[in-house]
Amino acid sequence: MKNHVFRPLIVFLGIVGLILLARVFLVPKDFGVHERGYMYGWYRKDNEQFWKDFKVKYQGREYCSGCHPANYDVIKKTPHKNIECENCHGPAVDHPEAPPKLALDKSREQCLRCHYPLPYPTSGRSKIRGVDPDTHNPDIECSMCHNPHNPMEGLR
Amino acid sequence: MITRRNFLKNTALGLAGAAAAFELIDPKKLMAEEAKDGSKLRWVFLVDTYKCVGCGLCVKACKQENEIPYDANVTRTWVERYVLTKDGVTHADTPKGARDGFTTSKIDLGQGKFKDIKKEDIDKAFFVPKLCNQCDNPPCVQVCPVGATYATPDGVVLVDRTWCIGCGYCIMGCPYGVRFFHPVYHTAEKCNWCYHRISQGMKPACVDACPFGARRIGNIKDPNDPVTKVIMNERVGVLKEEYGTKPQVFYVGLSKEVK
Repeated sequence: MKNHVFRPLIVFLGIVGLILLARVFLVPKDFGVHERGYMYGWYRKDNEQFWKDFKVKYQGREYCSGCHPANYDVIKKTPHKNIECENCHGPAVDHPEAPPKLALDKSREQCLRCHYPLPYPTSGRSKIRGVDPDTHNPDIECSMCHNPHNPMEGLR
Repeated sequence: MITRRNFLKNTALGLAGAAAAFELIDPKKLMAEEAKDGSKLRWVFLVDTYKCVGCGLCVKACKQENEIPYDANVTRTWVERYVLTKDGVTHADTPKGARDGFTTSKIDLGQGKFKDIKKEDIDKAFFVPKLCNQCDNPPCVQVCPVGATYATPDGVVLVDRTWCIGCGYCIMGCPYGVRFFHPVYHTAEKCNWCYHRISQGMKPACVDACPFGARRIGNIKDPNDPVTKVIMNERVGVLKEEYGTKPQVFYVGLSKEVK
């Protein structure tokens, strides 16, 4: 074959070689595919650690019981026993270091999440006792009268 | 001509060469590698819609645990309300993803419109929590043009924020509408069953926050896992099975109106 055919072919092969070389350096080392192939097989192994190291904010009631055993014990004997401390008191994160004080939510809306009456059949919601927030002491917080840690003890 | 001496010499040389070129296969090492890539662990989720009361404490906990801006109208998990009336109409809503629960009987129609439904008109009504299905055939992974989203060996689909270019294909591709753009990082965001919590023995924030036990997580590869036992022995359903995504969130008490 003539020389003028070979020369562009060499240039073309050179470009292909450069792309392959660039690929070696630019594609991250952990970039791979599972045995499932390219359809579902993308994998960024190094990124798994990023998500594993994500900061835990909700520590759970056992964490709270270390310093607040009285409240931990009293709520356990009431219908509110399954409500985690942090659902109302806010995420503990590194409390007591940071934050030193948690943002307690004692709004009426917080109580109405469960106690707004919705008479829905086939849902547990209809079995929870509710109040009409528009007629039941509309201007004060529920906790003025009801103790959320022990709702059955009677009004305070 | 092949002599015995030459044959033995060449065989020894060949073996030495092979040992140098390829590491000899050690069965123990292979077993360890198999265990490491999670063959004994595959997370599954179980939702009991009979137990859900729509309090939305799961959504509140999720948003704070996973640093999703609290007032932005995006969330990794949400709760839907379905109200079926006697005239055969299905009403469904999820105001703010039920972050503040359902504290009115009025159905949110969007654009500031509400529809009040009388108690006596209701045929059935219930709540359905939604979250990422961590599909076995994840369409979001399939469509990612840069390989930024991937399934871990234990079945959870994650997003690499440093690699995501924000094209939004995965948000379109997910039939469950689970993905959205993170308002701060501007990359694709999704529920990952609190991967930071489950990989250190804790439960996802929504599971811990639920006072009614409507949300549970388990390992489908462990036959003694209580969640696995429910999935294997009781009547459970999945969402949009016809898409072939093999979703891994199983629902107790699923109704045909749930989309």
